[in-house]
Amino acid sequence: MADRQSGNHGTEILFTALREPGRMTGFGLDEWDLLLRIARRTRLLGRLAVIMDETGEVGQLPAIVRNHFTAARVFVSQHQRTARWEINRILAVLEGSDLPLVLLKGSAYILAGLPPSRGRLLSDVDLLVPRELLDSFEKTLLTHGWESVKLEEYDQCYYRTWMHELPPLRHPERLIEVDIHHTISPLTSRLSPDPEKLLADSIPLADSRLRVLQPVDMVLHSAVHLFHDGEFINGLRDLVDLADLFQHFGKHAGFWEELVNRARSQGLLRPLFYTMRYTNRFLAADIPDAAMVATADGAPPGPVLYLMDNLIGAVMIPEHPDFPRRRRAVAQWLLYVRSHWLRMPPWMLLQHLARKQIMHWKHRKATAGTLLQGNR
Amino acid sequence: MILAELPDDDFSQRLAGTGIMVQTGPFIVRVRSGIEDFAPLLKRFYAHFPVVAEPAIADFHISLKRPRSFRRWWHPQALFMLDGQSPFLPYPLSHTFPLFEWGLNWGIAMQAHQYLMLHSAAVERAGKVLLLPAWPGCGKSTLCAALVSRGWRLFSDEFGLVRLDDGQLVPLPRPTPLKNKSIDVIRDFAPAAEIGPAFHGTRKGTVAHVRTPDASMAQAHIPAPPGWLVFPRYRAGAPLRLKPIDMPQAFLKLANNSFNYQLLGLQGFQAVTRLVRHCDRYILSYSDLDEAIDTLNRLADA
Repeated sequence: MADRQSGNHGTEILFTALREPGRMTGFGLDEWDLLLRIARRTRLLGRLAVIMDETGEVGQLPAIVRNHFTAARVFVSQHQRTARWEINRILAVLEGSDLPLVLLKGSAYILAGLPPSRGRLLSDVDLLVPRELLDSFEKTLLTHGWESVKLEEYDQCYYRTWMHELPPLRHPERLIEVDIHHTISPLTSRLSPDPEKLLADSIPLADSRLRVLQPVDMVLHSAVHLFHDGEFINGLRDLVDLADLFQHFGKHAGFWEELVNRARSQGLLRPLFYTMRYTNRFLAADIPDAAMVATADGAPPGPVLYLMDNLIGAVMIPEHPDFPRRRRAVAQWLLYVRSHWLRMPPWMLLQHLARKQIMHWKHRKATAGTLLQGNR
Repeated sequence: MILAELPDDDFSQRLAGTGIMVQTGPFIVRVRSGIEDFAPLLKRFYAHFPVVAEPAIADFHISLKRPRSFRRWWHPQALFMLDGQSPFLPYPLSHTFPLFEWGLNWGIAMQAHQYLMLHSAAVERAGKVLLLPAWPGCGKSTLCAALVSRGWRLFSDEFGLVRLDDGQLVPLPRPTPLKNKSIDVIRDFAPAAEIGPAFHGTRKGTVAHVRTPDASMAQAHIPAPPGWLVFPRYRAGAPLRLKPIDMPQAFLKLANNSFNYQLLGLQGFQAVTRLVRHCDRYILSYSDLDEAIDTLNRLADA
């Protein structure tokens, strides 16, 4: 029982570390023992290393913690280097075309040098491309060696018919996936922001072949991704991204008004409401009262909000690695079903989940042997 | 305190409960297991390893348990968990100890990026380390066990851990697994070496572990600079040949042999460059263990 309680304690120290990095120097050995594990599991260890570096007091930490931070920084820089190189390779094959390449999420934060890039891992490069250029862009990558990762016919069909992105591509010489989006929420979803507006208002980076969404759209996209599309696997990390964006852009005059107006005109008030509520609740994001009030009509009906509070709480609060909680697994599953519910009409959802489950079983059978062989 | 000094019931109770923290080289491993046959093997092979006083930070949290499946009634299994997650499918219960060893190696290779990690045996003599980088099947572990039985200090049969700031090698002494014919080869070559029970039918065939010598354990905290890079190549009937190789060739072989060269980026390049510059570099083709050891001894004493 004592260990379960220390699990809660681990959660507290992770949130404390994220909110007030300076307090990490006061953690005891047993607290670190748990924090390192939880931070690694939530993909936030590199983040802790970098924000600790910024305090200038990393030398006061136990040597073993500094070793873990060193290893985490190595891991982060490899991820970020890989992403930059992938973008470099994409630009190389686009030489001569004037296709606007809009970076999304992780790769946008990194290439634009925004605060969420601090210690951030990423396993794919997300791009937004005008829908009419989608086919030619995909063809260009395919002729230059990229391959489709999802080879099952059903997956291919699913992505192309219903989703806001193409089936992921990967170059066989490299490990990172490329996700090409043509809008930011599934075609069948009840949300339907206008991608034309996003592209038109995107802003160029120093390398003018690359663009990122303007600040308010960047926030809204991450919000949609987390609350309407995600499976919450890296939920806390994604919430940290959003809290960073709020802190960074929130200082600029007019940001909050513009954010709320944009959300309203794009029909994205609901995900913005959730984002403000939960970044504030878990990460103490500083959000002006006026903005909170202005998004209040984005709130779902009372019982739904009550349910969401519980589910989001269950998936955002990390579990003790030695004592996985059923509550969390159930919440994760319910949110997964919810993300599909939001994405497609019920009859389609049933069909889809059934097919996915069958493919999952087949896949498990097929990989059972290789896993055993593949590890040293 | 070392593991052997823990009273038996205290040992079993802690192992099955919150776990025992053992120091192996630079790493602290917390191991938990309620599997009965595993406890005596752990105690035997890790008897002379330091037990870490708690509270402490463990680098690896390992637990070995029996999965709750129907198979447990006719085919009992053991599941390896690192930090609450199971990276491998279960093994037969009787293979729990080799599973622990492999799993810990896997964890180190996945995580310890504060080092350049070479897939290499490493042994020390006269203050310098001999690295024997090789992929499985080249006789790396056999050669390593043979050298250690002739007085070389064991750093590791599996990992060349290179510190990134000063290029020194860090010891990570652990039981050395011998496979198939190597088991008898070492029994004959080094009758004094303590070899544990043979585990038959693992995915590497039969495996038996050599206990780490006390002398190597006593100096497990002392790093040493690299001296020689020897790429071993065992081939039955081959005549002994120690062929010098140039730096570029050694560089490529070493970079390819590393667990995390690519991951380290520029640091990896610099670490491998420093290694090939500082070391004498050879390919060793051999079939006779005595000849090979003789050659390596002379190399070290030259």
